[in-house]
Amino acid sequence: MSMNSEGRVTRPETLAAADAPATFTGNRALMLEEALIFERDDYARTGVDIAEAPATSSRLGGLERHRAIGLPGLTEPEAVRHYTRLSRQNYAIDLGLFPLGSCTMKHNPRLNEKMARLPGFADIHPLAPVDTVQGALAVIDELAQWLVTLTGMHAVAMSPKAGAHGELCGLLAIRAAHDAAGSDRSMILVPESAHGTNPATAAFCGYKVENIPATADGRVDLDALTARLGPDVAGVMITNPNTCGLFERDMKRISDAVHAAGGYVYCDGANFNAIVGRVRPGDLGIDAMHINLHKTFSTPHGGGGPGSGPVVLSAALAPYAPLPFVAKQPDGSFRLIEEETADQDHPGSFGRMSAFHGQMGMFTRALTYILSHGADGLRQVAGDAVLNANYVLRSLDGLLDAPFGPSGPCMHEALFSDDGLAPGFTTLDIAKGLIDEGFHPMTMYFPLVVHGAMLIEPTETEGKAALDQFVGALRSVAERAKAGDEALKAAPAFAPRRRLDETAAARKPVLVWKDETLPQAAE
Amino acid sequence: MRYLPLTDTDRQAMLATIGASSIDDLFIDVPAEARLPGPIAGLPAHASELAVERHMTRLARRNLSAGEAPFFLGCGAYRHHVPASVDHLIQRGEFLTSYTPYQPEIAQGTLQALFEFQTQVARLFGCDVANASMYDGSTACWEAITMARRVTKRGKAILSAGLHPHYVSLAKTMARFTGDLLDTALPTLTPGAPGDDMARLLAGIDADTSCVVVQNPNILGHVADLSELAARCHDKGALLIAVVTEPVALGAIRSPGEMGADIVVGEGQSIGVGLNFGGPYVGLFACNEKHVRQMPGRLCGVTTDADGQRGFVLTLSTREQHIRREKATSNICTNAGLCALAFSIHLTLLGETGLRNLAALNHAGAVAAAERLATLPGVELVNGAFFNEFTLKLPREARPVVRALADMGILGGVSLGRLYPDAADLANGLVVAVTETSTAEDVEALAQALEAEIAA
Ligand SMILES: Cc1ncc(COP(=O)(O)O)c(C=O)c1O
Repeated sequence: MSMNSEGRVTRPETLAAADAPATFTGNRALMLEEALIFERDDYARTGVDIAEAPATSSRLGGLERHRAIGLPGLTEPEAVRHYTRLSRQNYAIDLGLFPLGSCTMKHNPRLNEKMARLPGFADIHPLAPVDTVQGALAVIDELAQWLVTLTGMHAVAMSPKAGAHGELCGLLAIRAAHDAAGSDRSMILVPESAHGTNPATAAFCGYKVENIPATADGRVDLDALTARLGPDVAGVMITNPNTCGLFERDMKRISDAVHAAGGYVYCDGANFNAIVGRVRPGDLGIDAMHINLHKTFSTPHGGGGPGSGPVVLSAALAPYAPLPFVAKQPDGSFRLIEEETADQDHPGSFGRMSAFHGQMGMFTRALTYILSHGADGLRQVAGDAVLNANYVLRSLDGLLDAPFGPSGPCMHEALFSDDGLAPGFTTLDIAKGLIDEGFHPMTMYFPLVVHGAMLIEPTETEGKAALDQFVGALRSVAERAKAGDEALKAAPAFAPRRRLDETAAARKPVLVWKDETLPQAAE
Repeated sequence: MRYLPLTDTDRQAMLATIGASSIDDLFIDVPAEARLPGPIAGLPAHASELAVERHMTRLARRNLSAGEAPFFLGCGAYRHHVPASVDHLIQRGEFLTSYTPYQPEIAQGTLQALFEFQTQVARLFGCDVANASMYDGSTACWEAITMARRVTKRGKAILSAGLHPHYVSLAKTMARFTGDLLDTALPTLTPGAPGDDMARLLAGIDADTSCVVVQNPNILGHVADLSELAARCHDKGALLIAVVTEPVALGAIRSPGEMGADIVVGEGQSIGVGLNFGGPYVGLFACNEKHVRQMPGRLCGVTTDADGQRGFVLTLSTREQHIRREKATSNICTNAGLCALAFSIHLTLLGETGLRNLAALNHAGAVAAAERLATLPGVELVNGAFFNEFTLKLPREARPVVRALADMGILGGVSLGRLYPDAADLANGLVVAVTETSTAEDVEALAQALEAEIAA
């Protein structure tokens, strides 16, 4: 009998998986290989019955398409099987702990999904007459009120489509504010530990970017920052809690210094989950902050999006907020302020940053979640998220190097370095080892300020038993990496694929299916 | 609280391990004056699933949903029937609750689906390659303009008068700060308008032009041949960017790539995603192979694993923000993954056959509707050629007509006055979209209500 480390019998004595015979199909029981839709025999099938078009004369102006497009079709049973099989090659929160630091992979409540699919929300057109969409505008307004109150800010721009788009919104507001004051400040300061979207966003809207260093305890170096402030600095972008999982204790002083120098403070609010209901960014002097509804407020990540990144604004920046937005009328009805009346209602606006009004489908989900938790529940969310992260941090004491561990508790994520691993062993090996243990790995190699960073964010939707099992698995894998266990280099052994060659993928990129060029699957 | 698994006993045990006496102690780094002592006053407390559902349902009932009314709205968002299996499949937890596929060994499902999506988009648009999605069509359009700037090292973009006004508006917002020059114009309702716009674009291309941006079918529903424009762009060293806001049209008309476009971007909402009051949608982005290293966004590519098995990974990430930071091609990180999956599943269910049949049905319905509505007294059909959307010139201002129709329970189209509030000569324009979801009875109801309303 073999047993797992918890002492449970796992399987009768038999062949090791690696010695198991090849199968005819390449499948291994529930691990099913699935060909591309393009690798099927013919493209003629369809899974949709469509009424025949009545004969009319074409009005396509001679642009009729003659050449084949090359789109394969599947009947419904084939399509359901194709995508179901693909889905089973994915890890997901629904399967287990997903401690991807900075990403807040918490449980996605199914009530959110149900509410977003009510036809009154899902089946309404963005340009429908406003009298026919009052309920939708009420959702946007109600969510907006919550976000403003939870953050202690003045106003909120709802249209940004993800965190990075929210950063763009905040920086455009800062640019517009400087513009209105006749100033042409061109520099944005960003800490070294910032997420890549921060400098990328600053550059995307025409700013220059300079790094500010961190202190030994993982925070923004206030002295270095203050020394760099000057008439060219339009603003700073600070993440708080920061990407090392630490609260910027000097936030208010940073804000005061930046304001005194004539700049604005943008806060990357990706980590709001750690402080929601416990700290209001508005009390810290912040001028703009995006909130990832797809992190803190539980809208699903969906394998990479869609997100939603509303931006809360200070009184100083609110006049420059983008179009459109929802305004409540004295009679309780709602209006959309768009280009048409912007001159009277919102003359300072920097303009529109996307078509239509933002991620409505995410608003219904986030509001559903917020109402479910209420003010008391959200406070508990932050508390439990921080408790879980500290529990992981302290449970790994003495095993993995926690560069900021000695300085006190962390916020919602625990950060480790690769210091102490055996020569030749890396963070990547620990990540791949965790895969074999049935966990999604932590965030690797971010933030850049810590060597071989491992950033672990358990979130509040994990119980103690799940954390204990994760800590046990991580201990086991880390011990192997410290001992130089060569077998770890071969991990993962039990995933649908072994380690994939990313260098080869980039050297000769194959981004679409072409019958001639693709390497054939090995037999 | 139903989403929080920790019990108080757990919390006490964990605090003991940590060596703290309370959760509040863990917030010691927050200055005392910024720490809130308890739940924020004035906000409601937690609520049961039943109570929340009741509240949300009440709000949903205050909207007139498209399925409840004869429905003819388009202008960048289209109502098509989405097969039930699409929504079922995207709600599988393994798709819904996974992250961007940073750990490819346990994300092959998402990655293979993205690879299939990229191939479908590239083929539909007639381009070599496509990326793994953008936020939506409007943001994809601006990204294309910045990409053309990087490729050509020139800073002037000429925008067609038929480009969606929100897309134009977004480009203006950005250009104000990036220094790009934009040459724009308003559409008109005159019969020769598409030809006039084409002449303007052809004449405007010069040695400073990075790109020409043209939407097909355009905001008024016109369809046009882009071949001459593509050739002129290439003569002058500029790129042609084509924008598609209704991809179903490509089941009937030639793809922009086939007509010579260098970059094709689009709004993928009309396949698989649904209306959702404007979002989330899915931006489509395709181009020629030679420009791939200037593309924004994520790309999925093929590789092999340690056993030589084929597999998929995110690739060419040296273009992206997490590696290149301020030198990245774009700041985009989270994109529209799940909407891309919905798009891909719907398109797989349709296949070539289904897409062509769907497009034919849309076109036939639109032709019949246009012919019927053009018989109304004082109503003129503005378009020569169109796909499933066309513009009517009414004998009076269209906005109040649209509102009056809504009062009668008919969602009759988009008034150009809503989109171009300052353009007096567009005020009588009504854009009508007809998809497979509109029945002949719906069209007749619209015709009769419109006739009554314009006579009123
Ligand atoms: C700290 C931080 N900032 C910004 C972002 C960007 O957010 P999004 O991916 O929604 O654009 C992320 C998320 O990945 C993040 O972790």
